[in-house]
Amino acid sequence: MDLKLKIWRQKNANDKGKMVDYPISNVSPDMSFLEMLDVLNNELIEKGEAPVSFDHDCREGICGSCSLYINGEAHGPDRLITTCQLHMRTFKDGETITIEPWRAKAFPVIKDLVVDRTAFDRIQHAGGFISVNTSGNTIDANAIPINKADADNAFMAATCIGCGACVASCKNSSAMLFVGAKVSQFALLPQGQVEATDRVLNMVKQMDEEGFGNCTNTGACEVECPKGISLENIARMNREYLSASLKG
Amino acid sequence: MALDSKIPQGPIKDKWTDYKNHIDLVNPANKRNIDVIIVGTGLAGGSAAATLAELGYNVKAFCFQDSPRRAHSIAAQGGINAAKNYQGDGDSTYRLFYDTVKGGDYRSREANVYRLAEVSTNIIDQCVAQGVPFAREYGGLLDNRSFGGVLVSRTFYAAGQTGQQLLLGAYSAMNRQIGRGKIKMYNRHEMLDVVKVDGKARGIITRNLINGEIERHSAHAVVLGTGGYGNVFFLSTNAMGSNVTAAWKAHKRGAHFANPCYTQIHPTCIPVSGDHQSKLTLMSESLRNDGRIWVPKHKKDVEAIRNKTLKPTQLAEEDRDYYLERRYPAFGNLVPRDVASRAAKERSDAGYGVNATGEAVYLDFASAFMRYGKEQATVRHLDFNDEALVRKLGQEVVKNKYGNLFQMYEKIVDENPYETPMMIYPAVHYTMGGVWVDYNLMTTVPGLYAIGEANFSDHGANRLGASALMQGLADGYFVLPYTIGDYLADDIRTGPISTDTKEFEEAEAEVRKNIDHLINNNGTHSVDHFHRRLGKIMWDKCGMARNEKDLKSAITEISELRAEFWKDVRVPGTANEFNEELAKAGRVADFLELGELFAKDALQREESAGGHFRDEYQTAEGEAVRKKEFQYVSAWEYKGEPKDAILHKEHLEYENIKVKERSYK
Repeated sequence: MDLKLKIWRQKNANDKGKMVDYPISNVSPDMSFLEMLDVLNNELIEKGEAPVSFDHDCREGICGSCSLYINGEAHGPDRLITTCQLHMRTFKDGETITIEPWRAKAFPVIKDLVVDRTAFDRIQHAGGFISVNTSGNTIDANAIPINKADADNAFMAATCIGCGACVASCKNSSAMLFVGAKVSQFALLPQGQVEATDRVLNMVKQMDEEGFGNCTNTGACEVECPKGISLENIARMNREYLSASLKG
Repeated sequence: MALDSKIPQGPIKDKWTDYKNHIDLVNPANKRNIDVIIVGTGLAGGSAAATLAELGYNVKAFCFQDSPRRAHSIAAQGGINAAKNYQGDGDSTYRLFYDTVKGGDYRSREANVYRLAEVSTNIIDQCVAQGVPFAREYGGLLDNRSFGGVLVSRTFYAAGQTGQQLLLGAYSAMNRQIGRGKIKMYNRHEMLDVVKVDGKARGIITRNLINGEIERHSAHAVVLGTGGYGNVFFLSTNAMGSNVTAAWKAHKRGAHFANPCYTQIHPTCIPVSGDHQSKLTLMSESLRNDGRIWVPKHKKDVEAIRNKTLKPTQLAEEDRDYYLERRYPAFGNLVPRDVASRAAKERSDAGYGVNATGEAVYLDFASAFMRYGKEQATVRHLDFNDEALVRKLGQEVVKNKYGNLFQMYEKIVDENPYETPMMIYPAVHYTMGGVWVDYNLMTTVPGLYAIGEANFSDHGANRLGASALMQGLADGYFVLPYTIGDYLADDIRTGPISTDTKEFEEAEAEVRKNIDHLINNNGTHSVDHFHRRLGKIMWDKCGMARNEKDLKSAITEISELRAEFWKDVRVPGTANEFNEELAKAGRVADFLELGELFAKDALQREESAGGHFRDEYQTAEGEAVRKKEFQYVSAWEYKGEPKDAILHKEHLEYENIKVKERSYK
């Protein structure tokens, strides 16, 4: 396949940045999208030009590092996968592909396609945990039976990989799906009840301070989420937040 | 210097308890004056950071990723072992200990493995208390599955994302401490050297990967939880960034490196598709609970399948060779990884590989669909003679268990594994070798510790499935927090360690010198070019089967490639910016040294054991031949070039297990 790439280049956080065109040929349809960028980068390096920086690590859809906005969609046109799982067979020979970083005030660009997502970490520091010491001297794991449906739903919420596609896809750059997933995981489990009130208040407060926008129920986040995290998690967080505020 | 493993006296079941009762402790007020550096935030590093911070130490944690949650433990799929015996199938601490030592081909240290089995049950209790959503049965209790090389069901899991859920558990424990200011987290920082003061590890030199700044960090002890070195093969199931640099720099500063040749080649990975390939993808071993592995019995069918004139589903039962079931009737498809991988290679080398490259075998779920489907049809009072219905019901059950893995396979290979069998082939996955540590998990450098995959300690020559997560969390949550206290008790009067000393200055100068060389070299080839070539040498000559001639030529070739790398590598950009090529260059430079030591270690080990298989040492049926005189850990001391490394032997004694010929027949 021969393709025309339009890639966002930005030297550092202070640079203005611009789109740059790169033709690329002999792309195999069996390549992953990131392997296609590897090929481009190898060509650039051997020509003495600066390679394109992008975040990536596990390349199997679980670490949440990769974060490209491809042809106007987070993680590209395919559903329920991350960019590293996207394969070139999804594209047509001769196609033009536009590649941009996540765009959100709370995710400043570091370089080219690499953004700073530490705001997500700071929200987790505010309450994304159960306060239990790691001594191992807790009660036996089977002493708390948990309804299978609740356990499964908690697991589904917990599969969030923290990639930020929800924020990038939202016209308001809202992080409600990300925060809702963590709040839901603990809200659904008996272990999470004790701190439920503080958790949701603290996490939402930090979310607002980081400059993420509000939720207007567009649902783009759910569509683009590579792990299929459901909008129900936002609804559950809203209920938790409301009841916590009334208690608070 | 003789190696002292510091194994406590007494009966094996009391060693750990007695030891804990008699070590020195640091009182809470003094812990506030002690700093600990932890490099790596996977299961081992993350859990250690959280626990040490809870205890009151000041922790500085470092990871090269943009968040501690992205460490490669996240990608572990199948599960975590624990001797809970919830299934009542005869499991016990002793049995987990026995399986692990036997699975490791009698090349691991008894006392460490027993301790691991002992604390395994605490891990599950702890993780559930933290809100880790393990899979449950309808009654609300925890579910288990089976893994290779054992006869009980002791593996706890969270679909195919167990590593993710456990890592997020450790990450949440860290977050609580980061929020309290007890852990200072350094994301996107790479450790480039260990600093020793008066013979003790007292700090590290790091590079900030965002702006290139070289920084000095001091502490009273340094802990490496930096994972394994599988990426020396270029293609592996490791993450792209996984590297040996931290462990290798520690080795150069005096930490012995143990058993580098013990590498686990995982039997169920997606086969290589072409030269563009950047990494390989694992399909969890748990799939072997339900998938049957086979190749055609006859060459003509192999040809037809490769030419696509025959579909695998069209081949009659009697024309298939379920070679694991044939060779190992007792364990069948659930033989340990080393055995399953070699058997796949044996069939492929004999010409029975089922894809164009000849390097693939089938993993087939057809009979599992029918088995589960019949069960469902019976439970739901449906017609269990309706084959299509039964298959559909069975597929739903399998989808529930492994749905994410089936989806992952389909996206990569572009074939639907519900309709046609998966193709798999072995790939480099885990490294049992690593930094040598004693019973306290301390390296041969005082104050320098190695935990998790970074050390060599618990898995011998082969690791059983679902034991890596167990070891990482055991080391970090329950072992290191005790043993490190015994060492730090001597440091209560030391006070803060200054970074303004000649030791830090020298280490920093050396780091800068290396970076300058790489940046100014201006050669002709990219870092990946050299990494791929190294990987090819490793796979061809130090891979699933090794021999004297190949290993000797690997040693020469790697040393030549290393010289060429330093002369001809091209690293674009500058040192003072986000520069992934520069980071990669430093990592590959270290792999080029490790690779040679790896081959040297494999050459001296004139036997076959676990993941190390020498062509010269096999039975007529192709099984491994172990030798009593090699019942030792090879610990290498750094002396400049890998070829000059000195071998120290830690002889392994087995007092609680009878060493037998390891058989799964």
